[in-house]
Amino acid sequence: MKTRHKRMAFILVGLAGLSVAAWLVLNALNSNLALYISPTDVLAGDAPKDQTFRLGGLVVEDSLRREDDGLTVHFEVTDSANTIPVTFTGILPDLFDEGQGVVAQGKMQGGVFAASEVLAKHDENYMPAEVAEMLEEGEKLKQQYGQSEGAATVPQTP
Amino acid sequence: MIPEIGNFALILALCVALVQGVVSIAGAQLGIRSWMELARPSALAFFVFIGVSYGCLTYAFVTNDFSVKYVVSVSNSMLPLQYQIAAVWGGHEGSLLLWALLLGGWTLAVAHYSRNLPLEMVSRVIGVMGLISVGFLLFTLFTSNPFDRLLPAALDGRDLNPLLQDPGLIIHPPLLYIGYVGFSVAFAFAIAALLGGHMDATWARWSRPWTTVAWVFLTLGISLGSWWAYYELGWGGWWFWDPVENASFLPWLVGTALVHSLAVTEKRGGFKNWTVLLAILAFSLSLLGTFLVRSGVLTSVHAFATDPERGVFILGFLVVVIGSSLALYAWRAPKVGMGGRFQLVSRETFLLTNNVLLVVACGAVLLGTLYPLLLDSLGLGKISVGPPYFDSVFLPLMVPLIFLMGVGPMARWKQASIPDIADRLRWAGAVSIVMALILPFVMGRWSALASLGFALTFWVFASSVVNIRERMAATRKNSKAGLLARIFSLPRSYLGMHAAHIGVGVFIMGVTMVQTYEVEKDMRMEIGDTVTMGGYTFRFDGVTQIEGPNYNASRGQILVSQDGKPVTVLFPEKRTYLVQTMPMTEAAIDTGLFRDLYVSLGEPVSNGAWSVRVYYKPFVSWIWAGTAIMALGGLLAVSDRRYRIAARSRRKEAKLKTAVGGASLATEEK
Repeated sequence: MKTRHKRMAFILVGLAGLSVAAWLVLNALNSNLALYISPTDVLAGDAPKDQTFRLGGLVVEDSLRREDDGLTVHFEVTDSANTIPVTFTGILPDLFDEGQGVVAQGKMQGGVFAASEVLAKHDENYMPAEVAEMLEEGEKLKQQYGQSEGAATVPQTP
Repeated sequence: MIPEIGNFALILALCVALVQGVVSIAGAQLGIRSWMELARPSALAFFVFIGVSYGCLTYAFVTNDFSVKYVVSVSNSMLPLQYQIAAVWGGHEGSLLLWALLLGGWTLAVAHYSRNLPLEMVSRVIGVMGLISVGFLLFTLFTSNPFDRLLPAALDGRDLNPLLQDPGLIIHPPLLYIGYVGFSVAFAFAIAALLGGHMDATWARWSRPWTTVAWVFLTLGISLGSWWAYYELGWGGWWFWDPVENASFLPWLVGTALVHSLAVTEKRGGFKNWTVLLAILAFSLSLLGTFLVRSGVLTSVHAFATDPERGVFILGFLVVVIGSSLALYAWRAPKVGMGGRFQLVSRETFLLTNNVLLVVACGAVLLGTLYPLLLDSLGLGKISVGPPYFDSVFLPLMVPLIFLMGVGPMARWKQASIPDIADRLRWAGAVSIVMALILPFVMGRWSALASLGFALTFWVFASSVVNIRERMAATRKNSKAGLLARIFSLPRSYLGMHAAHIGVGVFIMGVTMVQTYEVEKDMRMEIGDTVTMGGYTFRFDGVTQIEGPNYNASRGQILVSQDGKPVTVLFPEKRTYLVQTMPMTEAAIDTGLFRDLYVSLGEPVSNGAWSVRVYYKPFVSWIWAGTAIMALGGLLAVSDRRYRIAARSRRKEAKLKTAVGGASLATEEK
């Protein structure tokens, strides 16, 4: 083979390899992304249907309920404006607790979030950035509601 | 008082590093001998000062000096001594100091083992490392000084994160860091070559063992981290594609490519530009890893601080290092030259393909790691890229890589023939296909991935055996000696290569077995309940309360038996650490050559019943055994006699005042 042909062959093989790799990457990225979505957005219908996403927020106090099999648990996740019921079968992570931040990955099934994985925050002070942001948004929403409600209730107070 | 001495020593170390960096490089560029002579002593001085500084910090930990802010944040008077010493690198500030200490250590090693290198080269290498030290010490002193005082002093410390109170933590970060920092040597050699404007086989021979040693430590560090996660995080996974894991894996992938391309540069003088670029890339990724982990951009167990100032500093440092070295590369690389020619089918081509695959894999992992950060910073929403992405990208790239692992060593340099290679490897191919067909049935269940895994495993094993046999037949010396003696008379670098490749095979075997045939069960167990998996019966015998040095724990007792005979008793624990009141699962594992039995406690359910997690994991220890064999292979290669002989002969030549040479005296590898 001549040098020029050889070089062409190298370049072609290289390009072919790179396009395969790029295709693999894009394809995989497309089907394996999970969006972080807050309870408010879920109720607004912004959650993808039939696709897994991540729900973040705080576990509502006194909402944790365990079924008799000892493994299936129900709890609620809130961004302080809205709340979504969650169900999960399996052992919860060490740091899962009521009133603490949590991220659950799964799908909506008829108004209930069926989690396939539950991730809890890693230490006492640490809150996943995604959850913190959702809580802030929720807090803002609540304040807006709160103000309008507050205005309505003002006449009732003496 | 002692912390002030530490702080002062740190400032002195910075001054020394400044001299080491500027004077050595300037001396080499201007040809001033007395300036170049300064490189070695300054490396020693730097190490001494940084060592004193590190010693002072350790002293503050051991003596529970809670007037030091950093000690308060990661230690506690109840913490056992070995963890107090390890806690020095249990947080952000201390791990930076460890980084600097290790950099000093590597620089000193270069200064010591480079007696045969031209002085110009040595002073450039040490100078570049000095400049890196300057960057790191500035960062430490200005944004994260571990010696900052806390006034008034705290009564006690906030304790080390319980997850990190484990023997794994004592050695995992230092090993990983030795690897990270070790790539700075390869980087310094590359920059020195660019500054000097010439590189040859001698350059590659010099740079190669350093790179391999760094690679060995990085391999061990990553592997230990994976093992630690396996037994410490309580759910039996060994790799999560967690951003922080990826951060350590990226330099490993490029480092592996670098180790292979250095082989071409040394043997054939080829790929010079590419090798230099890989060396720059490997170290840049080490820095990026530090940036990602330390800046708090990534949230995980490893992220200690979320301090934007630090992030900006490291990012700036990163930009300066990568930017200036790439600019230098663009300016100087055309002078370096391309090196030897080779045909389309040749060992060079196979190694080039290896490099391309590894770099593309690195790119794909990098993309998956940074994509969420990128989208977030552009305000396009928050996403996570899950393990399926990495699996589905990584696997297809690794399959051809592993296949070539068998082919490459069979190919001749410069020009090889495919029919010839195919003919020599036909038995290896047959073995691998037969194993791929038989083993899944032996294990009881067939799956395409399992077959693929077995095929690759035995392809690696068998092709190595074929290659070693051919090599022995070719040498034929002391053919009367025993088989083992004959194998060990082969060059160590050759044996090291095969050991590393076989390590990869062992690793794939472990992964295939675990992914396909593990049995996992989460269940509720009452006292006396039993469960059977993998031929073992687990009986839950209840939970008792125990007290540890700095924690209380519920300790479960599980009797494991096989065919009615007791095998072992496992004691998984659920600990609550007193200071941070953080619950921690401590799994109980019975490790064996062919299977691990893994039990961890969930939560108490009712009347003494607990939710319990029981795993049967076949061949899981092969995963880490494989990586250990890879590392061993690297060490074997470094101990090759050509490095020693080359060193000795060059010393002789230096005495005779002849020109730099001696390369031809080295044993030539086929």
